[in-house]
Amino acid sequence: MNYEISLITTIGITVMFALSLNLITGFCGQISLGHAAFLGLGAYTSAMLCQAGVPFWLTLPLAMLVAGLLGVLVGLASLRVRADFLAITTMGVGFIFIGVVRQQEWMGGEMGVTGFPGSGLGKTGFMVLCLALAALTAALSVYIQRAWMGRVFKGIAEDEDTMRVLGIDVPRYKLAAFAIGTALAGAAGGLYAQNLKFIGPDSFGFVESVTVLSMVVVGGIGSVFWVVVAAAVLSALPGWFQFIGDYKLLVYGGLLFTMMRFSPHGLAGIAARFTKPKVTAAPGVAP
Amino acid sequence: MFFIELIAQSLVQGSIYALIALGLTLVYGLLRILHVAHASLFTLGAYMGVLTYNATGSMLLTLLAAMAVSGLSGVAMFRLAYQPILKQPPHVALIASIGLFIAAEECFRITFGASGLSFANPPLQGQVQLPGGLQFKQAELAVMGGTVLIIGILGWLQTRTRIGVACQATVSDPQMAESFGIRLTMVRDLNFLIGSALAGFAGVWVALLNNLVEPTMGSVPSYKALAIIVLGGLGSVPGTLMAALVLGLVESFGMVYLGKVLDRNAIAFTFLIVVLMVRPQGLFAKR
Repeated sequence: MNYEISLITTIGITVMFALSLNLITGFCGQISLGHAAFLGLGAYTSAMLCQAGVPFWLTLPLAMLVAGLLGVLVGLASLRVRADFLAITTMGVGFIFIGVVRQQEWMGGEMGVTGFPGSGLGKTGFMVLCLALAALTAALSVYIQRAWMGRVFKGIAEDEDTMRVLGIDVPRYKLAAFAIGTALAGAAGGLYAQNLKFIGPDSFGFVESVTVLSMVVVGGIGSVFWVVVAAAVLSALPGWFQFIGDYKLLVYGGLLFTMMRFSPHGLAGIAARFTKPKVTAAPGVAP
Repeated sequence: MFFIELIAQSLVQGSIYALIALGLTLVYGLLRILHVAHASLFTLGAYMGVLTYNATGSMLLTLLAAMAVSGLSGVAMFRLAYQPILKQPPHVALIASIGLFIAAEECFRITFGASGLSFANPPLQGQVQLPGGLQFKQAELAVMGGTVLIIGILGWLQTRTRIGVACQATVSDPQMAESFGIRLTMVRDLNFLIGSALAGFAGVWVALLNNLVEPTMGSVPSYKALAIIVLGGLGSVPGTLMAALVLGLVESFGMVYLGKVLDRNAIAFTFLIVVLMVRPQGLFAKR
């Protein structure tokens, strides 16, 4: 039972993390190759505050705040550079985060942070908390998608210049996407640190950023339901099939490539092909 | 004295960056794809180099084998992976490429083992004394000389031969070039062949300088080369060369003065982001 509990907890955190990226990359079309940095920022904030004696429930909003603030900074960068340039800039943010953490003794350096106080919830309680927050994130995603904001996001993803011509304040919405997405990643980071009871710079590297992007892409960029499915399945796979553990990255890489090569709209695209044979792209899927 | 040595070392590093980034920039100029998997051809070249040298003991054969295998694999990669998705939005190719790169890295690990290979008795390891008290490994001199030579040949090909002019025409306007009877697929094949062969060439030299080939040796060049071509203004060959040398210098000097706060990658990407914020089109772009 213990094993199932920790697996479900991990799935909950991963789903939340993937949904947070989906807000930025899926809804708003701003590609990010450094999203793990915000998970890391949240994780470090929460862990260090816990160590300083702040109760866990209070560290979560603070983790969101710190990650969200840095997210707005990166969002400002997205106003200056687009598409390919933005991909490389966000990748750079990821590397800078690890580089900085690695050299700071007070943040644990290479060794990472460990031995911080727990949440006081117990294993089952913590699992419920993670699931609840993941469900809340999913609900928020669906709400945003259906609201005016979601429509603007979709418009920006499809054709930014047209949205500007229509008189939409594009920079404001981009910043909003980054702020919300990174703050949610920060909260996921707080849960992540609490779940593993250990964090180090290597847990938030380029591979992790690509992994979470792969979840969004395999699910179908922009589709909340399928991103949840993809994140849940991809995070559970290595646990269920021990033999895949060593080949985990090969499977990730292969999946990413195969998906893009044969179905650029991900699982959502495949599903749409079955339900509506004549539509080539799933509704709500950014190109 | 210290400065001169530092500059010399960054020139060696810059030459290697330049060789890898050149292929990447050729591909970007032609297809607008951020070809992350390019670095896997660099690793492939390095493996081929060590295997061939240990089997034959001839440096010439080693270079030829590495360049041929990497070059042909590059063409295969283009035909099988990129050509079918050229019409998709750019992030599709980028993510497919990342997937391909991760899968390739894992294939190297599974095929050749995680600990890597090395030369049985590495050639060109002798020290050369230059006037002014500078010391170089023979291999270091060879890589700098080789880079200059190759850039010279490429420059000649680009500007003085029919095929080079065809390439330039295709870069500036593919449709117009096609209507003038240039076969696009041939030009693209050729670009992948040359660019990937250069990556293989660089791989052999890095293998020689470190006397070690590892499955993960491509990961640093994969993102560093992206940073370089973005710095150079995406698709500009002279800009890429300058950016490679500048990044070599920035890293070497940055490590001396900022090594306490940031690691090598973080220094490179901080520089990249600062440059992009000031000049979003890259350091050396014309417009």
